[in-house]
Amino acid sequence: MSSAQNIAKFSQFRQDYAIIANWLKFGCKALDLGCGDGELLRFLQSSMEVRGYGVEKDDGNLLTCMQNGINVIQMDLEDGLSGFEAQSFDVVILSQTLQAMHNTERIVQEMLRVGREAIVTFPNFGYWRNRFQLIAGRMPVSRDIPYQWYDTPNVHLCTITDFDKFCENHNIRVKERLVLTYGERINFMPNLLGSLAMYRLENK
Amino acid sequence: MQENSSVGLVAPKIAHFTQPLTLKSGEVLPAYDLVYETYGTLNADKSNAVLICHALSGNHHVAGKYNETDKYPGWWDNLVGPGRPLDTNRFFVIGVNNLGGCHGSSGPSSINPATGKPWGAAFPVVTVEDWVASQARLADQLGIEQLAAVIGGSLGGMQALQWTISYPERIRHALVIASAPNLTAQNMAFNEVARQAIMTDPEFYDGDYYEHNTVPRRGLRIARMLGHITYLSDDAMGAKFGRKLRDGEIKYGFGVEFEMESYLRYQGDKFAGEFDANTYLRMTRALDYFDPALAHGGDLSAALAKAKANFLVVSFTSDWRFSPARSREIVKALLDNERAVSYAEVTAAHGHDAFLMPDPHYHDILRNYLQRIDTGSAS
Repeated sequence: MSSAQNIAKFSQFRQDYAIIANWLKFGCKALDLGCGDGELLRFLQSSMEVRGYGVEKDDGNLLTCMQNGINVIQMDLEDGLSGFEAQSFDVVILSQTLQAMHNTERIVQEMLRVGREAIVTFPNFGYWRNRFQLIAGRMPVSRDIPYQWYDTPNVHLCTITDFDKFCENHNIRVKERLVLTYGERINFMPNLLGSLAMYRLENK
Repeated sequence: MQENSSVGLVAPKIAHFTQPLTLKSGEVLPAYDLVYETYGTLNADKSNAVLICHALSGNHHVAGKYNETDKYPGWWDNLVGPGRPLDTNRFFVIGVNNLGGCHGSSGPSSINPATGKPWGAAFPVVTVEDWVASQARLADQLGIEQLAAVIGGSLGGMQALQWTISYPERIRHALVIASAPNLTAQNMAFNEVARQAIMTDPEFYDGDYYEHNTVPRRGLRIARMLGHITYLSDDAMGAKFGRKLRDGEIKYGFGVEFEMESYLRYQGDKFAGEFDANTYLRMTRALDYFDPALAHGGDLSAALAKAKANFLVVSFTSDWRFSPARSREIVKALLDNERAVSYAEVTAAHGHDAFLMPDPHYHDILRNYLQRIDTGSAS
């Protein structure tokens, strides 16, 4: 199966993974921060022959990664990426983990130190359904933010506009930005109509 | 239920080597013996062999028992066997006693053919590199061109690491557990105190105590007691002994009053009765001298540039003698070289000793990693 077919097949259930794959060069060296069970890296390895490493804190996820044949380094992202040389990766990925980081500024800076490019994806808090739930007086619970307020790993939720400003203020250039709602690309009023934000970043 | 059993009854074998071995020190061992054990079956294309390297006080008797009546099995029995993490249904496992040892391989307490007497102080100082060279010759003798894996904890992990540098083509996977790329000054300091305890024992006779029909028991005992303190964490000692009194009361003397003292004395006595002091000196020196980065201006990444193996590096949170930070140095150097590497930092209370414990998560890590190792034509 060609890589394009592979991506197409997989993209039926993870459009965001397919987009990340499309942003990568074939055979590139990638670091996936908070790689979970290694699903994304496994997809990128099979579709793009990515030379990948995952970083994961959780014991159970670590075991699954090893079962999946993923190179996985057990460490806490909050401690930074001091175990990685500057500019030693083509791309550093933070897939739907940004909102759970305590030290957001530091991790994004570290990603751009270690990688020539960073890919960051996060659930858009400005999505209209989230806003609607807030107007109705409740903290949003949705497919992309599936946690009750009292039991959530998320500590730094933001909107697309917030993150655009963040990049501007931190001298980060947005190479590309894509916004999705349930796998569909959103071009019109993305901060209102988009549920998942995807960014390609590099240092200015 | 998943099969999980011991390898059963085993017997050691001896390999003789008549080709001289030039050691790192420049000294030459004209001939030597290595005692070893194997578990499982070597497959047709000899691609399923795993070498287990022992640490300071270990030996070739890794798993199983010699007799049904043996009180204890081999030192890493919980790892090796049918259905165990290092599964002998798939792998052919080799345990070997290192040169300079005291369990059957040529060492200070074995007979020097040139004199007909124990080598004693004349037995050369051996290094991790020398051990790996001698292990490679054992692999040659067994007809094994390439090892599926080399696995070791502590000083054993150093050997696994050295294998990837000395024989990059002959090792597919290195499992480096609770180890370090070299010893820190503090770590070497413990070794020096241990050696001083032995060498200042009046029964040491400059290492030739065999001729005097004695052994430096007191020194070896203290060396071992010191070692045991450093292999445990403060928390583990606290949990195991705390301030418990053996007889429930303070006696205002210097006998065994606290449980901890009883434990240390027991461990020291047991060890002094079965281990050779000259071997202990050499094992600690091998630890001290191991420093693959030294020949590369202290650059561990450069030292590992030759390595081709895939790596699993494991450390334990409470291990202060071989701390996780030291394992992370190895991981960093491997990442610099774009080697395939996974790293697990196991939350464990047992300190350095944790690498020998059957902690379920730790064993799952080893099991998962080892399961993915290709054994070619293995059944």
